[in-house]
Amino acid sequence: MSYITINNVWKEYGDQVVLERINNRVEQGDVITIVGASGCGKTTFLKMLLGTEAPSRGDICIEGEPLRYEPDSQRGIVFQRYSVFPHLTVLQNVLLSREFEASPLLARLFAGRRQKAREEAQEMIDAVGLGAALDKYPHELSGGMQQRLAIAQALIKKPRILLLDEPFGALDPGIRADMHQLVLKLWREYRLTIFMITHDLKEGFYLGTRLWVFDKVRVDPQAPGAFGARITYDMPVGSIDASAGNKIHQALAEPPVTEQPAITE
Amino acid sequence: MKKLINQQPARPARWMLGTLPFILLIFFYMGASNARLEENPNDKLLPAFGSFVDAIDRLAFQPSKRSGEYVFWQDTLSSLQRLAIGVGISALIALVLGVSNGTIPYLRAGLSPMITAISLVPPMAILPVLFIVFGLGEVSKIVLIAIGITPFLVRDMQQRVLEIPSEQLIKAQTLGANTWQIILRVVLPQVMPRLLASVRLSLGAAWLFLIAAEAIASTDGLGYRIFLVRRYLAMDVILPYVLWITLLAFVIDYLLRKLSLWRYPWFHDQTPEGS
Ligand SMILES: Nc1ncnc2c1ncn2[C@@H]1O[C@H](COP(=O)(O)OP(=O)(O)O)[C@@H](O)[C@H]1O
Ligand SMILES: [Mg+2]
Repeated sequence: MSYITINNVWKEYGDQVVLERINNRVEQGDVITIVGASGCGKTTFLKMLLGTEAPSRGDICIEGEPLRYEPDSQRGIVFQRYSVFPHLTVLQNVLLSREFEASPLLARLFAGRRQKAREEAQEMIDAVGLGAALDKYPHELSGGMQQRLAIAQALIKKPRILLLDEPFGALDPGIRADMHQLVLKLWREYRLTIFMITHDLKEGFYLGTRLWVFDKVRVDPQAPGAFGARITYDMPVGSIDASAGNKIHQALAEPPVTEQPAITE
Repeated sequence: MKKLINQQPARPARWMLGTLPFILLIFFYMGASNARLEENPNDKLLPAFGSFVDAIDRLAFQPSKRSGEYVFWQDTLSSLQRLAIGVGISALIALVLGVSNGTIPYLRAGLSPMITAISLVPPMAILPVLFIVFGLGEVSKIVLIAIGITPFLVRDMQQRVLEIPSEQLIKAQTLGANTWQIILRVVLPQVMPRLLASVRLSLGAAWLFLIAAEAIASTDGLGYRIFLVRRYLAMDVILPYVLWITLLAFVIDYLLRKLSLWRYPWFHDQTPEGS
């Protein structure tokens, strides 16, 4: 049995079909990178995995159990923005999940227990390279540092599934490369299953073990909302050759590249 | 020559420009007062500055012959007490109702229409009802302030809670939080500086209701005094009292702003409205 099974999932908003007939299986430790034209339903798909949207038809199961359509600590998320709490410092942001866990009523830790949690949080903050910014508030951090904080905050909870929605879209290329190393390192360390949306195909090739392309197979010019997107390509990243790469580029309506895509692992 | 909209006054110039209207006003008053007093030394409408000093000296620094109290300070204390209790109760209700309404859709569905309806009742129109129900004592004055500003504060708080990005509430859930923990650690601390900001905005209305209530039924208080001495056309008391109330309002606003800056630095650095 697969870790995650997606059975004939549809998502409709009113008359508009956003996603149709999504079927797939995902194994533990997969890194699925998702690309697709803007507005084709990538975020909607991630929201269903997260549990904030329910499919209109079909269902998603994790280890055979139907998914609960409410966010919980099994699935961590890093949004494109608004992911960290503006009223808490870096350390407090990362400590927060420990406090939720240990203190149902006050949601605060004191003395010895706080010290222990603090050490753990500090370790995670060091891992994302924010050790020097422990007591800073998010507005005092750059965009890249905020995203690193968001990742540290999500990972200290040790979710089994990590969802990333264009997490590095707003970052400079140099910082992006750092973030890629960070994600790969944490993925190896914690054996996470990752879904990551990106609009950067290179990033998709580099980070993913599998690449999914979301695209509309059928289009009715008279009724643009009549058909939804499907997963039109699903391939292990290692096996993508130049011709497949070109087809993906065509699906994304970008100029095709001639070079062999970068391959990782 | 730069266009007018691009010319910025330097710091000293701005300071001078700012004080100029006040100085002009004082001179204008002195001129008008002198002119009237020359014509009729008993004129009460625009007393000389000396009369203000006498009046304040009499009320603030000499015990009243009737009660032995220092009337000015007694009035100030009574009014500030009513204002503080009224605004404090309103803020507390606003925090509890606004946050619970904003976070729990079932509560919002049940309470929102009622709060909207209450906020449309003109508070002054039900002042007689308050006097009948609560008597002429302290309670009815405090209740008037509370009725006057609470609906605004509650609705504002609820709105502020709803403005918290849903990403944050989702994020907290993925970090394992339950509803209570989200309210306690995510929502409450973020609306506190916003509550302070709305309280600052509502203070003008609170003073209005306080003075109205004191004018109608009271035995002390700043509003009571002004309306009492009006019978004798005692402008030498009324004008200093008005200035004093203005100064108090300014100081309270300033202190609330400082409190907010001190307790919630993250709020003021990231939002233009907070700075
Ligand atoms: N809550 C919603 N109500 C109605 N339509 C929505 C809603 N959320 C998303 N959509 C629509 O679904 C489509 C896919 O959106 P989205 O998943 O955000 O696209 P992507 O992330 O691929 O850019 C868009 O056309 C959008 O307008
Ligand atoms: Mg999106």
